[in-house]
Amino acid sequence: MIAEAGHYALALALALALVQSIVPVIGARLGDPRLMGVAASTSIGQFAFVLFAFGVLTTAYVVSDFSVVNVYENSHSAKPLIYKITGVWGNHEGSMLLWVLILALFSALVAIFGTNLPLVLRSLVLAVQGWIASAFYLFILFTSNPFLRIADPPIEGRDLNPVLQDIGLAVHPPLLYLGYVGFSVSFSFAIAALIEGRIGAAWARWVRPWTLLAWVFLTLGIAMGSYWAYYELGWGGWWFWDPVENASLMPWLAGTALLHSAVVMEKRNALKVWTILLAILTFSLSLLGTFLVRSGVLTSVHTFASDPTRGVFILAILCVFIGGSLALYAWRAPSLTQGGLFAPISREGALVLNNLLLTTACATVFVGTLYPLVLETLTSEKISVGAPFFNLTFGPLFVPLLLAVPFGPLLAWKRGDLLAAAQRLMFAGLCALLALALLMAWTGAGAVLAPLAIALAVFVIVGAMSDLIEKTGALRLAPQISLRRAAGLPRSTWGTAFAHAGLGVALLGIVCETTWNSERIAAIKPGDVVAVAGYQVKLENVVQRQGPNYREQVARFSILRDGQPIATLSPSKRAFSARGSSTTEAALLTRGLSQLYISLGDQSADGSISVRLYYKPLVVLIWFGAVMMAFGGLLSLSDRRLRVGAPKPARPARSLQPAE
Amino acid sequence: MTRKQRRLVLIGSALTVLAIAAALVLNALRDSIVFFSTPSMAAEKSIPPGQRFRLGGLVQAGSLERGKQLQVKFVVTDGNASLPVMFTGILPDLFREGQGVISEGALDAAGVFKADTVLAKHDETYMPKDVADALKKQGHWKDESAQQQNAAGAKAATSVR
Repeated sequence: MIAEAGHYALALALALALVQSIVPVIGARLGDPRLMGVAASTSIGQFAFVLFAFGVLTTAYVVSDFSVVNVYENSHSAKPLIYKITGVWGNHEGSMLLWVLILALFSALVAIFGTNLPLVLRSLVLAVQGWIASAFYLFILFTSNPFLRIADPPIEGRDLNPVLQDIGLAVHPPLLYLGYVGFSVSFSFAIAALIEGRIGAAWARWVRPWTLLAWVFLTLGIAMGSYWAYYELGWGGWWFWDPVENASLMPWLAGTALLHSAVVMEKRNALKVWTILLAILTFSLSLLGTFLVRSGVLTSVHTFASDPTRGVFILAILCVFIGGSLALYAWRAPSLTQGGLFAPISREGALVLNNLLLTTACATVFVGTLYPLVLETLTSEKISVGAPFFNLTFGPLFVPLLLAVPFGPLLAWKRGDLLAAAQRLMFAGLCALLALALLMAWTGAGAVLAPLAIALAVFVIVGAMSDLIEKTGALRLAPQISLRRAAGLPRSTWGTAFAHAGLGVALLGIVCETTWNSERIAAIKPGDVVAVAGYQVKLENVVQRQGPNYREQVARFSILRDGQPIATLSPSKRAFSARGSSTTEAALLTRGLSQLYISLGDQSADGSISVRLYYKPLVVLIWFGAVMMAFGGLLSLSDRRLRVGAPKPARPARSLQPAE
Repeated sequence: MTRKQRRLVLIGSALTVLAIAAALVLNALRDSIVFFSTPSMAAEKSIPPGQRFRLGGLVQAGSLERGKQLQVKFVVTDGNASLPVMFTGILPDLFREGQGVISEGALDAAGVFKADTVLAKHDETYMPKDVADALKKQGHWKDESAQQQNAAGAKAATSVR
């Protein structure tokens, strides 16, 4: 019965979403506050129903109810409880349910925290959320129903794909979806503004926190996914330019651009039309990502199952929403008012440059990701576009962006002084040059690219800190005064500094890891020692162990440095009987910011086992940098001026401006 | 500067960035994309030695030979033609004889495919899509989903015991 209750709740949520899609729009047209008020209650009710449906599916997983097809196909009674729960979204149907759950959550949040939004804007925003939700409920109910039953229930399930039986599944998809779906709010705001034909600084003030929130989650989700792939796939790589990874990178790039253009719009009331377009594009790329991953046109670990009807359905959703919103944009955008003026060298100018480079970089990723699909459709020639393509296109576009990052916050609004900014960045420049000289001396004439890239990273990090030093007067004023100044700085200034420095930190990690990582592959027997990057790795023994739903072969290694044992590592290979497949569990030793990485290969007939050893200098910085960026975003979000639902300052000039 | 001049600066810089990006993309597309072939397609197109491509097909049963120092030799076949593949390193977890595989590398002068990357399917129910399509086209496709249903039924049955 319970599964049917979940199914029914989902159908009721669809009914509420349909009401939410239509009634508030009519209300806004007629100016009837009662009809517009329907939006808030339906979106909260909708969330309650989806939450119930999600709870039902989770229960079915926890109690291993194999009469539900979805549970039978993706669960096993011997699976640890945590993977029973995370297994809910470790498959197509469940992950779509998570998608709509998060969508309904965001709508409910807008309904709850948006009480001081203008009523017309709020009801239109919620109506657009209702359109998206209706489309996805229909998709789930017609093509991906997670509550289907089996007539003759089996005793045991087929287990979850072993690669997904990891704590990463508990963290990565929810974070990523919070990011993807979070952008739906800025999309809905953009569409609402276009329908209403009004847009102003207050609009940007509302959109920015929501965008920032989604961006923080997406940043963490991508970083977490990258770390998960790094330790789970056993190849020691952390980014493969896999189409599915690109599908999450594109909304991130567009979302980062949106974040910055919304600043210009809020502070200077300029770039309105562009900000609206970015909001549409960002969510469209999120939808495209969902399409690429869920339709089965791509093959990867993320594609759980392919079913052509699903692909066609998502493609239809994609066309309606992207095509419809762009058509609406083309129709209504010219009626929006022009914004304020600014000189090319100014904070606005720097942010425009940021937007230009980010969107162009995003476009190159888009081309690299979709070109193989288009070419295959047109000529049935199959190609793969890999890392070399992206290194050649994405890299050169990011270098000028990184160079410009420290300048942005130092330029004044409206008209900036590049020379003064350059003077203030003198110290950062000197640090970068020093780093370059030291590295060139250390590496010899060999690689020039790596020292240059590291100097760039140093420039970005020190440049981000220069802004703080400048504003607090540290090194210049008495410590008490600068401390007081630091406490008085707006949190968004701290957020900017953290996010920008995080970018530099991540770059530092990326460059060091790719340039100086050492790899050894060897076939060894117990007692053999392999040396890698100054560490001696000794294979002690190989034992078999029984886990809850797998058998594993564990190799125990002693790690020695200068003959002294410092740690033991136990990588393993797990064989999962239910699916007849196996996974490689790499073992990691973190020393400072660097990692030693061991993964196992096959055992050959003579008893030797093949192992892959990596030493990855400063690799931790890659994810640490991403976490710093997300932390900067959170700091900025906690800024009083931006806090979701914070009262507006009493400045009538900032209120909505009518379209002309 | 007037509004018009400012707009010109903006449009000019946008076009410059776009032009640079387009040049980069075209250049990269010419040099760094990799084509996919099955052994018979490779024979048909007579790919010159040294040109990188992705070779997809089934690992011929009984063809896997392990040399010393992690050297591996196997034969990739699509039913009509086959190619010997040499690889040094660790094969992926799901590499099996008789199963689908994709390897990336280039032919050497002797016509042996020197692979530097070997990718296998992700789990037992999944076949690399490129390989499946190519095999379907050449009529060597056995409908796996029917077999899976049976296998699943068998598994369920064994666990009943």
